[in-house]
Amino acid sequence: MLDVRDLRVEFPMRRGTLTALDGVSFSIAPGEVLGVVGESGAGKSITGLAIIGLLEPPGRIAGGEVRLEGERIDNLPADELRKLRGRRIGVIFQDPLTSLNPLYTIGRQIEETIVTHLPMGETQARERALALLREVGIPGAEARYEHYPHQFSGGMRQRVVIALALAAEPRLLIADEPTTALDVSIQAQIIALLKRLAAERGAAVMLITHDMGVIAETAHRVAVMYAGRIVELGSVREVIHAPRHPYTVGLMGSIPRIAARKGRLVQIDGAMPRLNAIPRGCAFNPRCPRRFARCLVERPDLLPAGTSFAACWLHAAA
Amino acid sequence: MPLLSLERVSRDFDVSRPWLNRMLEHEPRRVLRAVDGVSFEVESGETLALVGESGCGKSTVARLIVGLYAPTEGRVVFHGRRLQMIFQDPYASLNPRWRVRDIVGEPIRFLGTGARVEELLVQVGLSADDGDKYPHEFSGGQRQRISIARALGGEPDFLVCDEPTSALDVSVQAQILNLMSDLQSRLGLTYLFISHNLAVVSQVADRVGVMYLGRMVELSPAGMLFSRPRHPYTRMLLDAVPDLGMSGKSRTPVRGEVPNPLAPPSGCPFHPRCPHANDRCRRELPEFIDGVACHAVAERRI
Amino acid sequence: MILRRLWEHDLAWSFRRSPVTIVATALTLIWVGAALLAPWVSPQDPFDMASLNLSDAFTPPAWDEKGIGRYPLGTDNQGRDILSTIMHGARISLGVGLAAVLFALVLGVSLGLLAGYLGGRVEAIIMRIADVQLSFPAILIALLIDGVARVALPGDRHDELAIPVLVLAIGFAGWVQYARTVRGSTMVEKSKEYVQAARVIGRRPLAIMLSHVLPNVMGPVLVIATIHIATAIITEATLSFLGVGVPATRPSLGTLIRIGNEFLYSGEWWITLFPGIALVVLVLSVNLLGDWLRDALNPKLR
Repeated sequence: MLDVRDLRVEFPMRRGTLTALDGVSFSIAPGEVLGVVGESGAGKSITGLAIIGLLEPPGRIAGGEVRLEGERIDNLPADELRKLRGRRIGVIFQDPLTSLNPLYTIGRQIEETIVTHLPMGETQARERALALLREVGIPGAEARYEHYPHQFSGGMRQRVVIALALAAEPRLLIADEPTTALDVSIQAQIIALLKRLAAERGAAVMLITHDMGVIAETAHRVAVMYAGRIVELGSVREVIHAPRHPYTVGLMGSIPRIAARKGRLVQIDGAMPRLNAIPRGCAFNPRCPRRFARCLVERPDLLPAGTSFAACWLHAAA
Repeated sequence: MPLLSLERVSRDFDVSRPWLNRMLEHEPRRVLRAVDGVSFEVESGETLALVGESGCGKSTVARLIVGLYAPTEGRVVFHGRRLQMIFQDPYASLNPRWRVRDIVGEPIRFLGTGARVEELLVQVGLSADDGDKYPHEFSGGQRQRISIARALGGEPDFLVCDEPTSALDVSVQAQILNLMSDLQSRLGLTYLFISHNLAVVSQVADRVGVMYLGRMVELSPAGMLFSRPRHPYTRMLLDAVPDLGMSGKSRTPVRGEVPNPLAPPSGCPFHPRCPHANDRCRRELPEFIDGVACHAVAERRI
Repeated sequence: MILRRLWEHDLAWSFRRSPVTIVATALTLIWVGAALLAPWVSPQDPFDMASLNLSDAFTPPAWDEKGIGRYPLGTDNQGRDILSTIMHGARISLGVGLAAVLFALVLGVSLGLLAGYLGGRVEAIIMRIADVQLSFPAILIALLIDGVARVALPGDRHDELAIPVLVLAIGFAGWVQYARTVRGSTMVEKSKEYVQAARVIGRRPLAIMLSHVLPNVMGPVLVIATIHIATAIITEATLSFLGVGVPATRPSLGTLIRIGNEFLYSGEWWITLFPGIALVVLVLSVNLLGDWLRDALNPKLR
């Protein structure tokens, strides 16, 4: 469904060009949820924005290609891309308020999206909008149809955004931190909803989040990002239970889990490098407990490691 | 004697519109009860955690303890030497126009403690000459270290930590949590740890209090709370935590949302979302007995 | 080293990229230089009655066939050299403008800080006064204050005190904008955690306002002040044009334009035109400088 090859994003700045993404490749099959996980600054949101053509200037795609159902979309003109978003790609952002127009009722916004993208009359569109609102679990959908975004709670608003993103039956759904702004009990509900909808419709979902727990609950495969590159890619079970890249190992160890007693967490010392100071060789090498000579000079690509892939020289065939 | 005790503490906030609007539009005064009759004690050397969803009043409790708010009812009694606080947002908790040396030095200068800025910086894992820099030159995790150094500059025996890691990435969160636990054992600190993240709380707390709509609904030793939660809300929260182990164990689906605190439900505030609610729960506010405020538990229905 | 850092600073960078700003700065600097050095560099001292030659009155500019080389821009009705009067006039215009802005800034920032930080009744009183004052045009308020001063002070004292009275009048007419802006940003800063941290340490409100909040609310104030200098110069010119500003013996640009205005129809256009151009160029360059400062300090436009 979605195929990203060697994607490279650059930000030309005053003092030289920052490479925000470098050689990012992955694909998502219909009905599959791919989790993209990473810490802030790893490039996960930029990956999402680059795919839908919403990079903030001066950011630009400097290389690679993005294909949706086999068709290249990274070089489309701006208005073609705009048609694509909403029609074939649905987008859900972290803050539901940014995706909703505060001046229109939510019913009208969904209706409008449907009429713009699908061959439907007004009555049909209204029926469909109501059905969508019911489907995402908004109680009393008829009554709430005429309400404005501010009249909804955070969790309900995110449901509206999901309904809006699904309005034109997109083939690809990109969700950027859809549950981060929500309380845990609401988060669980939204995760369950996303999972169910993706499965029912056979849409491909790219779920961007910093929360490994959300990934574990929702995704089939996961891509772990570090300093603008994918460092590990594999099935969720494999990455969580048998991480192959030392960064993923450290990351998994540092996630607190419900335990009946106090304990010390595994910690990775130091911090992710800034984009203007990415070290030579493997970007993780200064923090890596298992680095050796090759890591300092040569940058590893994704290498097969068990059933997953890891960008780490430990997995180079000797 | 406990280091800190709260005795039936409540705090109201006036959220009414300005006087002129109220007069012209015949609106009544509107009062939000953010904290309602909360009592607990903290013993010297332990970590008590308060958990709950947004709007449950846990941050207000933190601010009542350090004196940023005065209680509307009840009282806060502190028997220790001094309280300090660590805040949630590492970007807002340091004055952007001050050098780190002045930020960390402020409590030392003002309270006249004998602490030294360089030693404090080293103690929290920064370097002594970081004092010359400004906050924007540091990452979120390093800023939180500066914030801890400032709190330690006041030579406290009690630290109130309001979501100290929720704005940080997980790997940085692990660094800060480990640092806090090292400092606790080295300096004999007592912590009140506020968080919405149950997994984090289980790593740091000796005892855990669960709050819902301004009230304490359960307060138990951590081991017991996580292995045998009693209040239905605690159970729901634990069920909502994403399962990293992917054990696929069945869980009760979470229902509903936190009600509007300006119009709390009658009786037990949790009854609209509770699978065990009966008529008594809808009518009558449950007493906090033996560490839990729930009719169903008191009547041994669950 | 320091120069190099200054050169690479964001402000310096945005400055180098804006030719309009460079020209505006150069013009402003020329004006400030001319105003400061007027007593030494102007061809004539227009206030020294002894050096004036009445027979030179109404000399046209030097390029006119009746012009005299000594008076490059001609002379006025009393034989004063226009170029010299413009330089001395700019000295008074700029001086009054700067002093009035400084007065408005100190008054407005203090009141805004108090209103924003203390809130409640103090805020209500200050901001309602501001609202009332905003419903009058600034020029009217300045006229009112000037009028009151005229009545209150004996005639001979008034000429002496005319300039300080003018400064107070223009300054008082302009404090509201500072107060409103500062109140808004103070309320934002006050809710930030670094202010709460200072309160936990136990610092007094006044100390927090001055050492923590003030440095963080000054950015927008500087932008307003720059643009306000231009407005203040215009207000002064308007008042002087109306004859209630500075005394005719110490003419500002506005006074010069008024004097020239009387002769405009009799053909002596240069008396009013050159001071007029001078005023426009001065105000325009200060305004452009203010616009640039506003854009450069606004992170959203960067």
